[in-house]
Amino acid sequence: MSNSKPASAPRGIKERLIPPRRMTPAMREHTNSHQASRRKTNRRGWSFVSPLMALIIVLFVAPVLLVILMSASKWTLMGGDQGANFPENYAKVFADPLLQESIWFTLKYTLVTTLILMPLALGLALLVQESRRWNSILRTAILLPSALGIASSSLLFYALYSPQVGPLNPLLAKLGLMDAKASILGTPDSALWATVFLVVWRFAGYYMLLTMVGLQAIPGDVYEAARIDGAGRLQQFRSITLPMLRPTLAMTWIMSITGSLLAFDQFYILTKGGPNNSTVTVVQLIYKYAFETKKDLGMAAALSVLVLVALVVINFFQLRAMGVGGDEK
Amino acid sequence: MTKIRPIGRTTAIFAAMALGIAGLAACSNDNSGSTDKPTPESGIDEKPAAAGEVVMWSRAPLERQAKNAVDAYNASHDSKIKLEILPNDDVEGKVGAAVQTDTLPCLLAGDVVRVPYWTQQGVFMDINDRIDALPELKDLAVGHIDAGTYEGKKHTLPFVTDISVMVWNKALYEKAGLDPEQGPTTIKEFVEHSKAVAAVAGEGESGTYLSGQSGGALVFTLFPSMWASGVEVINADGTKAEVDSDPANAVYEAYRELNETANGLGAGSQEETGATWTAPFAEGRVGVMPYPFTAVTGMFEGNAFDVGVSGIPGTESGKVSTFLGGDALGISSSCGDVDAAWDFMSWLMTAEAQQEVFADNNDTASNLKVLADGYKDADPRTLIANDTIQYGRTPVAVNFNEAFNAAGSPWQLLVQNAVFGSGDSLAADNEAVTAILSQK
Repeated sequence: MSNSKPASAPRGIKERLIPPRRMTPAMREHTNSHQASRRKTNRRGWSFVSPLMALIIVLFVAPVLLVILMSASKWTLMGGDQGANFPENYAKVFADPLLQESIWFTLKYTLVTTLILMPLALGLALLVQESRRWNSILRTAILLPSALGIASSSLLFYALYSPQVGPLNPLLAKLGLMDAKASILGTPDSALWATVFLVVWRFAGYYMLLTMVGLQAIPGDVYEAARIDGAGRLQQFRSITLPMLRPTLAMTWIMSITGSLLAFDQFYILTKGGPNNSTVTVVQLIYKYAFETKKDLGMAAALSVLVLVALVVINFFQLRAMGVGGDEK
Repeated sequence: MTKIRPIGRTTAIFAAMALGIAGLAACSNDNSGSTDKPTPESGIDEKPAAAGEVVMWSRAPLERQAKNAVDAYNASHDSKIKLEILPNDDVEGKVGAAVQTDTLPCLLAGDVVRVPYWTQQGVFMDINDRIDALPELKDLAVGHIDAGTYEGKKHTLPFVTDISVMVWNKALYEKAGLDPEQGPTTIKEFVEHSKAVAAVAGEGESGTYLSGQSGGALVFTLFPSMWASGVEVINADGTKAEVDSDPANAVYEAYRELNETANGLGAGSQEETGATWTAPFAEGRVGVMPYPFTAVTGMFEGNAFDVGVSGIPGTESGKVSTFLGGDALGISSSCGDVDAAWDFMSWLMTAEAQQEVFADNNDTASNLKVLADGYKDADPRTLIANDTIQYGRTPVAVNFNEAFNAAGSPWQLLVQNAVFGSGDSLAADNEAVTAILSQK
């Protein structure tokens, strides 16, 4: 593009500050070629983005539109599409007593998981961020569960919690915490905590890694300057680490909250929503509508749309509260 | 900096787009591959069935009986049946997905309590004329045919009949000082026998056992006691629950009493989701309980302990009943080779096939003639079980699965409250079952 720039000629200060009324042929040529090249750049840009656009349209926009269409239709699992019936599916979803229970349980689970997982991940990251002798082994050990799929780890814990074959029952019974024959997954509370334990075990290393990357991006000289100014460890953590880690923390909190709100696999395998529907999450309810109880894809789609809207709203307020996005404007 | 000529860039873009599309194609191939992939044990590849080969779906709990039927047919016929076994929990999802994508196999066997809903939703083909023309029709047990009858048109025939019976562990009965040859003849005796066994129970042993969180198993084991007591569990058109009658309450009270007795109701009964509910008795750790007969026949020979079998009693002596469960068989509405599929179905209904496939294997035949005459050499306990079939019932309701069988169903909650909970919400819980049954 530099070749189209007119050769620099000596000009007065006034000429340079005030735009000329009439365009000289050279300037016109400049503008034209600039526009043409911008058009060219635009075209090229679009063609570069098009594979991604195609992916987004095929894998995201089209399914979302289909789900919205489904949610406004009588569409059963075995019977297929039987025409529009808006807003019947939504009315049926709101009339289901299980909806309120599952929303309440999902929020409780999200709160418990996030409040345990996030401080733990930060603490672990602070612990292993400096490269001391044993830290690489420690890091690997903490990260290892993340290499296991959530379904596989759920199955693993299902066996661990089993009163028939698991090693935990006799152990807890010896400590006097429970009856040896009772099942760890047998009461609503213990089923919740058993699942929270699994999820913390599975995800602590993953969030530790994300937080650690954020920690290591904080330049060392900031800490050095603080030390010279006489700041203590706690003061450094409060005034340097936490503020500078904010974008990372915002990301991990949003990932943890969104992930917990969408929890499915662990409950599907570990508790199946039991005992007596006490651990049914919202996404599990979607699955139940579609494949277990109602076998009604319309109702499942209606609840999916509601969850999607709720998530967008929650994430919006979370980003606002974390002050992310504002910096970039 | 290296300069790329425009032509190079364009090529790169096209290449990238081609890659993207190829990636998409690969993705979709992967997806369809993984959803359609059969379970390993069925050993089915993804090629369409060969000419003259009909694919059939059945479910894992009845695998042995289904295999016997298909093997016998394939050995004597030119056209072949290819059997695919689905895990019990995945049946609804698999069938639903197959309906959406028009990939149902020609022959589809389903749990008899799910069949009314499938029929109403148009999963099965109307084969009313073919069924009516069957020479054996009058000899067939009607439960599985009724389940697939919608608006007067028949869609299904009986495939495998699974009934529930009362079983007891003769070794534990002797240990408890009970007559090992005499099972309970009333609900009251059932409690007495269970308590007697509980009194002498060793480590891990108990009087009886219940599958507290499996609506399906609870239906299978508790309904017969109510029928034997002369009451119904649902009304005739399947829209109203009647599981709050006095005899029904007597059944819940029996289990409630045993739950309050030390070792009366086996540990884990309240949480049992049905995955392992037959295991404690099979391992010899339970005194007496209602049980699936298909799981008993394997214990007749070479078992660690002797098993006693009788009909499931009600509140009065001398009356028994059973749940006529198992699978009904129909032709899917998208089947292309109806004649080949029908050939298997009609063959299976003949007396010879019923004898070979079911009677000779101690399993329950659906042809009543075979049931009466075909068990000359059979174990006497098989005869006892077969004798209860005449009193057996199959409840038919479109929303039966959601009301009773599904995980967390209102029926499951009813039993949980009545046996393990406060026990004072029976009427309200019965209403909750009705609310599901009466949906449009």
